[in-house]
Amino acid sequence: MQKIKELVIERSLLVSSLITIGVTVGIILVLSVEAVQFFREVSIIDFFTDSQWTPLFTEKHFGILPLLTGTLLTSIIAIAVALPIGLSISIYLSEYAPKSFRKTVKPLLELLAAVPTVVYGFFALVVVTPFLQQFIPGLSGFNSLSAGIVMGIMIIPFISSLSEDALHAVPSSLREASFGMGATKLQTAFKVMVPAASSGIIVSIILAISRAIGETMIVAIAAGQQPRLTLDPTVPIETITAYIVQVCLGDVQHGSLEYRTIFAAGITLFVFTFLLNTISFGIRKKYQEKYE
Amino acid sequence: MNNIKKNRLKDQAFKFWGIFCTLIGLVLLVIFIGDILISGLGRINWDFITSLPSRKAENSGILTALMGSIWILLLTTVIAFPIGVGAGIYLEEYAKKNRLSALLEINISNLAGVPSIIYGLLGLEVFVRIMSLGPSVLAGSLTLSLLILPIVIVATREAIKAVPKSIKDASYALGASKWQTIWHQLLPASGGGILTGVILALSRAVGETAPLIVVGALAYVPFSPSSPMDEFSVLPIQIFNWISRPQAGFIENAAAAIIILLLITFIMNGIAVYFRNKWQKKWK
Repeated sequence: MQKIKELVIERSLLVSSLITIGVTVGIILVLSVEAVQFFREVSIIDFFTDSQWTPLFTEKHFGILPLLTGTLLTSIIAIAVALPIGLSISIYLSEYAPKSFRKTVKPLLELLAAVPTVVYGFFALVVVTPFLQQFIPGLSGFNSLSAGIVMGIMIIPFISSLSEDALHAVPSSLREASFGMGATKLQTAFKVMVPAASSGIIVSIILAISRAIGETMIVAIAAGQQPRLTLDPTVPIETITAYIVQVCLGDVQHGSLEYRTIFAAGITLFVFTFLLNTISFGIRKKYQEKYE
Repeated sequence: MNNIKKNRLKDQAFKFWGIFCTLIGLVLLVIFIGDILISGLGRINWDFITSLPSRKAENSGILTALMGSIWILLLTTVIAFPIGVGAGIYLEEYAKKNRLSALLEINISNLAGVPSIIYGLLGLEVFVRIMSLGPSVLAGSLTLSLLILPIVIVATREAIKAVPKSIKDASYALGASKWQTIWHQLLPASGGGILTGVILALSRAVGETAPLIVVGALAYVPFSPSSPMDEFSVLPIQIFNWISRPQAGFIENAAAAIIILLLITFIMNGIAVYFRNKWQKKWK
């Protein structure tokens, strides 16, 4: 009796973990089935080369490029903000700051990632854009600049916390050896610690990029809903995620071509983040072997 | 100036730069909260919490959205908690090192990085259409459960891993079976860690907007949901709706609703940190 009970429990626990595989299979199936339907009506060459995305207008164009550049533009701005600040914080906390300071500051910084993204969207639209308009007169009310900057603030803790963990995992003997050679903390940090922790730091950056690409509410609120092929950060644009939200807020018939565009856009987004996540998982596996 | 002096100077300069970067993150957080408090605090009163949404900003309240968020929170807990903890236990205690467990591991790590809006598309097709649950609280909760599953699983595994092996050995030595050891020893010992992870995951679910918009949650619902099959709205969607309106009164409403949402998020995070600290002391 006891044995049967043990077996039943083991099996049901196995089923719980298999659900996670079901989720991945479900995502891939759902996205590809609808996307295949979409590509029956729209040529895949147009999808990647047409420079306009206007599925909701009478004159329809299905070029993903404007949405892609919008996504990349906001992500690049976000990383440009988060990378130098996040990395400096991680180096300061692990190499310079007293232990007690680190222990209080780290959870506070992580609060930045706990704030719901719709709140950041509000902040970008109502506070950051009007503030920036004082210095950049041509800045439109919706733009990728303030959305990107605020997104960058949001992902600072991804880079700072994970990079700090990576620096922390480097054996202290390396640090002490460097000090013993007469190096300053700064020299030790950049010539010994950062290279030794590089894989962990790279993982944190990739995860932050992946997070920025998939971020939805900040860009849906503050960056606008005008897909356009531009790298100008002062004008309204639209990202892949913001487009999906825009369509879902409207009244689009299930099974129509408009409905399928969100899955075509979705699979593009999924492929990008999937690649980034797989690369970071690969690096992390390698890095674990290094110090364990 | 010789090299040593130069290097020391650079060292000091970086130290200040590091402090500056650390503080700028915190200062921004304070500006954030301060600004929202200034624009929203005056709007919060009992009427605001207990009123239905309205076309007029000054009569609008968050009752239906708040009730929707509470429904979502409860149902998501009920669905995600057993599956997530179960999967975590399996991976940590039962799974042998083979291709299946390697696949499960890479898969969970990948799921954690899938953008939340993609989960929305999954929920829209599978729960709303194929299982024909419609844009209901249940469909929204199922979607969010899948979204937070990886977080719950990882937290469960970390918590179980932290329990000293001696406890497990002692239990086996007394003749306990594997499940008895897990149920009577491992789970009570790792409970604080698991709880921390679950609460953090739920606080993420409360703030999620995009997947619920995709699933079809509405911005305007005249009644609070009374069953899992009812249509619903949640606080973040209500906020998003108010932000998108041009009238100034709605911006004030949005700020007030954000205060309530932040309060819920920060309280949940605070509880999680409390459990983590209490639990960490146990093994140190």
